[in-house]
Parts: sequence; structure tokens; C-alpha cells
Amino acid sequence: MSDARLEVLVNGKRVEVEPGTTVAAALLNVRVPSFRTSVRGDPRAPVCGMGVCYECRATIDGVAHQRACLRVVEPGMRIDTGSGR
Amino acid sequence: MNAIRYECDVAVVGAGPAGIAAAVTAAGAGARTIVLDEGTGPGGQIWRPSVKVGQPSRASAWIERLGRSSATVLRSTSVVTAHAADDRFVLRGESTEGAVEIVCRRVVLATGAHELFLPFPGWTLPNVFGIGGAQALLKSGLNVRGRRVVISGSGPLLFPVAASLAKAGAELVLVAEQATRAAVVSYVASLWRRPSTLVQAASLRASFIGARYQTGTWVSHAHGDDVLRGVVVADGKRTRMVDCDMLCTGFGLVPNNELARLLGCAMHGRFAIVDDTQATSTSGVYTAGETTGIGGVDAALVEGEIAGAAAAGARPSAALLARRNRLARDAELLARTFAPRAEIKCLAKPETIVCRCEDTTLGELDGRWTARQAKLYTRAGMGPCQGRVCGAALECVMGWPSDTVRSPVQPARLSTLTADFSAASKPSSTE
Repeated sequence: MSDARLEVLVNGKRVEVEPGTTVAAALLNVRVPSFRTSVRGDPRAPVCGMGVCYECRATIDGVAHQRACLRVVEPGMRIDTGSGR
Repeated sequence: MNAIRYECDVAVVGAGPAGIAAAVTAAGAGARTIVLDEGTGPGGQIWRPSVKVGQPSRASAWIERLGRSSATVLRSTSVVTAHAADDRFVLRGESTEGAVEIVCRRVVLATGAHELFLPFPGWTLPNVFGIGGAQALLKSGLNVRGRRVVISGSGPLLFPVAASLAKAGAELVLVAEQATRAAVVSYVASLWRRPSTLVQAASLRASFIGARYQTGTWVSHAHGDDVLRGVVVADGKRTRMVDCDMLCTGFGLVPNNELARLLGCAMHGRFAIVDDTQATSTSGVYTAGETTGIGGVDAALVEGEIAGAAAAGARPSAALLARRNRLARDAELLARTFAPRAEIKCLAKPETIVCRCEDTTLGELDGRWTARQAKLYTRAGMGPCQGRVCGAALECVMGWPSDTVRSPVQPARLSTLTADFSAASKPSSTE
């Protein structure tokens, strides 16, 4: 693997991530505290890693409720977390 | 958004080992074959390529065979509805690009399984993962270096996941197997016929030798404010606190049979009932792999080959059938050995969330209800995961068989459901 990094925007902040990484892994690596806010207001983060639990939902390039574990990072991708249900 | 229609003889849903074997075999028998998969490439969960180290060789061999075959692979595509129409089946799916519709003569469902997550206090905290979940995230680039990890669960998945986390630089604190020591010892003894499995297990164990492996032990509680700080470990007699910043927990696998149930296939419990050729009770629908019993990759490959041949109108070989039956017996032994013990099923307290999508707590449920009533009164099972997590958990904890499956089987864009394929698309078919 090359050491090339690519840049994405996480909650408006530029972040360098490793190519090939899923959005879920990339967000966990930069220690995003919460992917989504639950119905009663608790922070939630990925559990199943395979598209089943829907806990990793994030807004990707403006499209809400994307399963971050099923998407691979792309240069310039805009990822927003912590939104409600 | 695009709307593309494909026509084919055999549509395979899922490109894990069972789906790959089915597609390769069906295409090899001359059927026009399309494989659909949610992942970014074929392999499924067990053969998910690692960002760092690529694929194991058996996986690459099968994936190469799929690549060389005439089957068309639609990746990053989720199938959200399926129905029969005359002598055809119509599957509708979506990807980030748009909607797809597959019109086919036969369907092979190779939809695999997900983990059984059972609720306990603190299980909704960030950094509490599934065991397979941690493996999947690790392979997709999660950095675990220096993380202090506790694994609490059951079954053969614990060893490879502990080993890969340790190899990736995590500090394994404890691997807790809920099955009794006697059950595990008797299972290991039964492996004498397959010494390679024993050697593999020993080598995996060696790679996380710094951590304790304890049978008859489980995590009863995870604590932390907004993120995991530690766990309470129990063995039925005493409890102790263990600090960690990552917990991996799961108690076996639950088959993904939503599409099979939607298509009316008869079930035995959570598993699809199949005949010798992997045909379900719905004519034209076949299923292979974990959907018929949790048998692992060897069983999935054999069942996939049988289903692929049968769906293409060919006759599976007697050798394949014999091998499949032998592997099915192994699956039964595994299920018996690692069945969750009673204590694991009653860890949740009244204030513990049981439905993670809707934040329904155990205390809101009434033991006299059915899963349907729980849905109507509390919304448990009505969120985005559509009961995939809490449905199996409540079946285990409350004894409620899961509610009926309805279309769409997972959240979908309205444009996928309303797309007019007759007008908007150029009908295309595979070669």
C-alpha cells in the first residue's frame, strides 16, 4: 500500500484519510465522538460494520442517512455527523 | 438518478462465498447470470478484502473465477424489494447511482448472516462493536493500535478476530467465551478428524497469547459517559471491573432471510427450508450459505455450487451433495456448543435500550405481547434497521418470533420504489 493520503471534509474540517478506507473507519480513526444522535439524544457509533445496524448513518455529500460502513472515502467527500434521526 | 433494467436467467443476491460459487456455477452452465451485492466488491463479510493485507488466497481464487465468468456483478447495490410476476421474478435495488430492476427466471438468495447482538446495560455506547463488526471495520481501515480491547461472545469467530486485532496493534485484555469450559473442550475434541482446524486455532491463539481466554465468562455491563470506559465481567459467581476502550460482543449469527420470507419461502425458525438442490418452497427460488444454517465458508461454497447448478437447470454432482450433508452436521454441533446461556439473555435491565433505532427500553415491553404488538405500542423494530438487531434479540430475550417481513425490506429512496423502468431506462441484458 502506498502512503498517499486523501483529503475529506468531516463536519467542515479538512481531514487526511487513507485511501480505500470506509467512511465509518475513517471517522472512527479521527475520533469523531458520535456518528448520529439517537431518538432520546444519545451519541451513537457503528456496531455491525456491515450495513445491518444503521448506527453509522451520516450525511455524505449532502445525502442524509448514508451507511458510512458501506461507503469508501473519495477525495473531497463532505461528511457530516451527529444529526438527529 | 438512473433507472436501469437487466434481464437474465439467474439473479444471485449476495456475493459472499455462497453467492460467488452460485454465480460461477450458474454462468458456467450457460445461464445469463447477474450478481448483486451491497459491498464495494465481491467477497461478502468473511472474504472482505483488508485495506492493508488484501484477500486470503482461497478468496482471491474464487473472486478471480467470478471475474473470468460471464456473470455480471453489480456492486454497492442493495436489493430492497422482490416479487414473482408470472414465470419471472422482479428484484428492485438501488446504489448511489440510481435504481436497478432485475427481471429473471430464477433467484439464488445468498444473503448471508449478521451477528446476534443481545442487549445489556451500556451496549449502546460508542466503541461497543460486534465481533464480526470489529473485524469488518478493521479490514476497512480502522486503526486499533494501542486500543485496549475486551471481546465477549461465543463461537469460533472469537479466535480469528482476537488474532487480527492483536496483529493490528490492539492490546487484547480479555477474550470471554460464554460457553462452558466443558462444552468448548468437547467441541475441540470433536475436531480430531480435522487436524488442520486445530492447528489453525492454536496458531490464532498464539497471536493473542498476552490476553486471557476465559470460558463460562461474559460482559454483563459496559460503562462510560459518552464513550466506553470499561466493562463488568461476570461468570455467574462473581463480577469484576475491567478497563477498556473497545468492546467487541456478539453471540452467534442470524441469517439474513428477509428476501426469502418476502418471497414466501418456508422457514424453520430463522432458517430457510431447502431440498437437496437448495430449492426453497417457492418454485424458482434457491438459497445457499448461512440462510439455511450457520455452517461457515466451506458449507456456503458447496451449497452455492449446488444452488447455482440447480438454478441453471444442471444437476449438482453426488459428491457435492454428500459433502454438503457432512458439513450440515458440523453446523448443528457448532450451534449446540455455542448457544447463548440463560444468563446472557437476561442481562438487560428495565431501563436498558432494546431497540437501538427507536430507543425502546426493556421496561416498556410487556412479556404477554407479540413482536407485532411491541411494534405497534412502542415502535420497537420500526426503525431503519427494520428489526434486524432487536428482532433477533427480542426473539432470544422475550421468546417472540419475529414479525412478518414487508416490502421494502430496508430503507430505500422513494425514487427507487417509484422508478418507471419501462419508460426511463434502456432495457439491457447481459451477454
